[in-house]
Amino acid sequence: MKKMLRKKECVAMLLAGGQGSRLYALTNNIAKPAVAFGAKYRIIDFPLSNCINSGIDTVGVLTQYEPLELNEYIGNGQPWDLDRAFGGVHILSPYQAKKKQSWFEGTANAIYQNMHFMKKYNPEYILVLSGDHIYKMNYAAMLRAHKETGADCTIAAIEVPLKEASRFGILNCNPDGSIYQFEEKPKVPKSNLASMGIYIFTAEKLFKYLEADDANPDSSKDFGKDVLPAMLNAGEKMFSYRFKGYWKDVGTISSLWESNMDLLGEQPAFDVGDADWKIHSRNPLAPPEYIGAEADVQNSMVALGCEIEGTVIHSVLASNVVVEKGATVRDAVLMAGTVVKTGAKVEYSIVDENVVVGEGAVVGESKEKGAGIAVLGRNITIAAGAKVKGGEILDKDYKGE
Amino acid sequence: MAHSTVGVIFSNIHDENISELSRHRTMASVPFGGRYRLIDFALSNMVNSGITTVGIVTKNNYQSLIDHLGSGKEWDLARKDGGIILLPPYSDETDKPYTTRLEALMSITGFLNHRKEDYVVISDCDGIAHMDVADIVRFHEEKGADITMVYHDETHPCESSYFMTLEPDAAGRVKGIKINPKDLEGKTYHLYVNVMVMSREFLISTIQDAVTRGFSSFGRDILTKNVDTLKIYGYAFRGYYAGVNSMTDYYVHSMELLDGTVRSELFGGRDIYTKVRDSAPSKYLEGASVTNSLISDGCVVEGTVENCILFRGVKVGKGSVIKNSIIMQDTVIGENVTLDCVITDKNVVIRDRRSLAGCAELPYFISKGRML
Repeated sequence: MKKMLRKKECVAMLLAGGQGSRLYALTNNIAKPAVAFGAKYRIIDFPLSNCINSGIDTVGVLTQYEPLELNEYIGNGQPWDLDRAFGGVHILSPYQAKKKQSWFEGTANAIYQNMHFMKKYNPEYILVLSGDHIYKMNYAAMLRAHKETGADCTIAAIEVPLKEASRFGILNCNPDGSIYQFEEKPKVPKSNLASMGIYIFTAEKLFKYLEADDANPDSSKDFGKDVLPAMLNAGEKMFSYRFKGYWKDVGTISSLWESNMDLLGEQPAFDVGDADWKIHSRNPLAPPEYIGAEADVQNSMVALGCEIEGTVIHSVLASNVVVEKGATVRDAVLMAGTVVKTGAKVEYSIVDENVVVGEGAVVGESKEKGAGIAVLGRNITIAAGAKVKGGEILDKDYKGE
Repeated sequence: MAHSTVGVIFSNIHDENISELSRHRTMASVPFGGRYRLIDFALSNMVNSGITTVGIVTKNNYQSLIDHLGSGKEWDLARKDGGIILLPPYSDETDKPYTTRLEALMSITGFLNHRKEDYVVISDCDGIAHMDVADIVRFHEEKGADITMVYHDETHPCESSYFMTLEPDAAGRVKGIKINPKDLEGKTYHLYVNVMVMSREFLISTIQDAVTRGFSSFGRDILTKNVDTLKIYGYAFRGYYAGVNSMTDYYVHSMELLDGTVRSELFGGRDIYTKVRDSAPSKYLEGASVTNSLISDGCVVEGTVENCILFRGVKVGKGSVIKNSIIMQDTVIGENVTLDCVITDKNVVIRDRRSLAGCAELPYFISKGRML
């Protein structure tokens, strides 16, 4: 008997090669999708959790920039239940081949270079994702819509304020949701429906257009600039899929800070504690956090292994953070293993992993002063008594002026 | 470790000591320290000493244990060769399930015969300690012992229904073993902490010998009787040890975790592995007041929490004041509730304005799933 061909209906391709240069010191040595978020997560946990919660169990993660930490974090995919004998999560790095060797040149090229990976699963649909956003989305519902409209490509879209629309790829649609025009960062936007960078393609169509795009020497090998317009010009059926919910690009220091703060409060703007849509992550091995006898912790999120003796207000603290006696942390995001020593003050800041803020040191200024968010890169020490001004970005030890 | 060691953990022994907590579960799966089960300590000690195969002897109510252990991957014990091997009770027309430790060992000779490791470390789940198992095996080898029993110096009488004390000489050789001695008040004594090491060969031959002679008790028929003829050595464990021999013990040792030195002895420098639930980090809302407490992930606190241990997913509502209490997984405490010296088991619901109190010697216990 002929062996039955095993297949996956939908394979997800997650573009995780981004440098995230607007996150400055936070992405010196790691790719943007590996940036820590929300006390225990990393940005990539959101698309990966969305995949598994949507029943998509085959994910290719395309890495390029500083992939070490991201590769290690994803490992065999077990935290997301993506360690599978057939399918599961796979890291796809640029590689050498007999005929050519090259880095991924653009988003479309990255997917094109991994055609053999997708074809191995004989899929009907390809879901293209990016590792830059914080959101919860049921891709299965989007796939259903894609099938119902009989589209060749479906693009997830969200309404944004019209005055910000020129920062996005804008979809101009007919009343039935079909797209008649695609404008990349238009100066005068005709609509406020922005592409979320989430695409579902009918696999055969995608393969055809990727091959054509690769053969085109004038193409920049980008989905938004090249592949999608080419499909539209050729008259392929392209539909928008309206998403209503929390969706945030955490590509800048201020949006990363805001998105962290959106987790706080009784009715948070974004709830990571939703039992029906769990966000999976690699969990820290740490005992429960200890809140000391003189501690004051309010309106905050605190992860396992923290030792808090001081004051923590309106802040997000990742695992194993220490806040000593008399220290104050306000409006801040502290990543894993950071220590705030006695009497030190951290305000309106993002502090990366394993930073030491010395005794009596001051990092940042109150939000109201308008100097902006102070950022400390990982593994650095701020000397006792030193002052780091609001809005400053440091990635080396600092002794003060 | 120069020689290889296989672990054997007894999950059910001493259940009767804390019957409130072990009614629906094994001793091994009794929750402890906010996010652990008692077995996590024995199992992590073994894993951290390089042991990659652990047989877990079960008897009854082991559903919660199976659920906790899963494939063993959290302990890095999902292995092709070895890993976690559950050893459920065996019975047929002639054999009933075991009732003693010796009978349990008899029932796992198949497992022991199939292994290839040189040594066996046998541990119960009633002790919470950070023990270097490799060092105990090294001691056992150096002494050329037949059996090495680990002891801890205690000053308070043991409340367990079955325990042993050792009398080692200066070289560590055990000269006397007593079962349930009475006159311990005010004395320092060497309590056997239910961890022992033997060579696998010695253990198998001892079990076979016991079968032919019709012995039933490991303590009475093998240890105490042969204290002069066998080379039994006592390994002094000097670190922090918490034996859970009664509900008072459970409460007192839980509260000891609020002491930073105890925490660093138990958790510092190495990891304690446990099942993860992918809960969100805990949230402290506006107006919350939390002091001297351990809080696990997934909690949402709006009230006042003082000297408490909160397990995963606990909710404490506005205006509630919880003191000196242990609140287990997914317990929901409404608004304006007052609790003092209370232990709630999992999934308890305490409605608004209830007020409950026990005392440190006799904490008020609320069993699993109750609604008050």
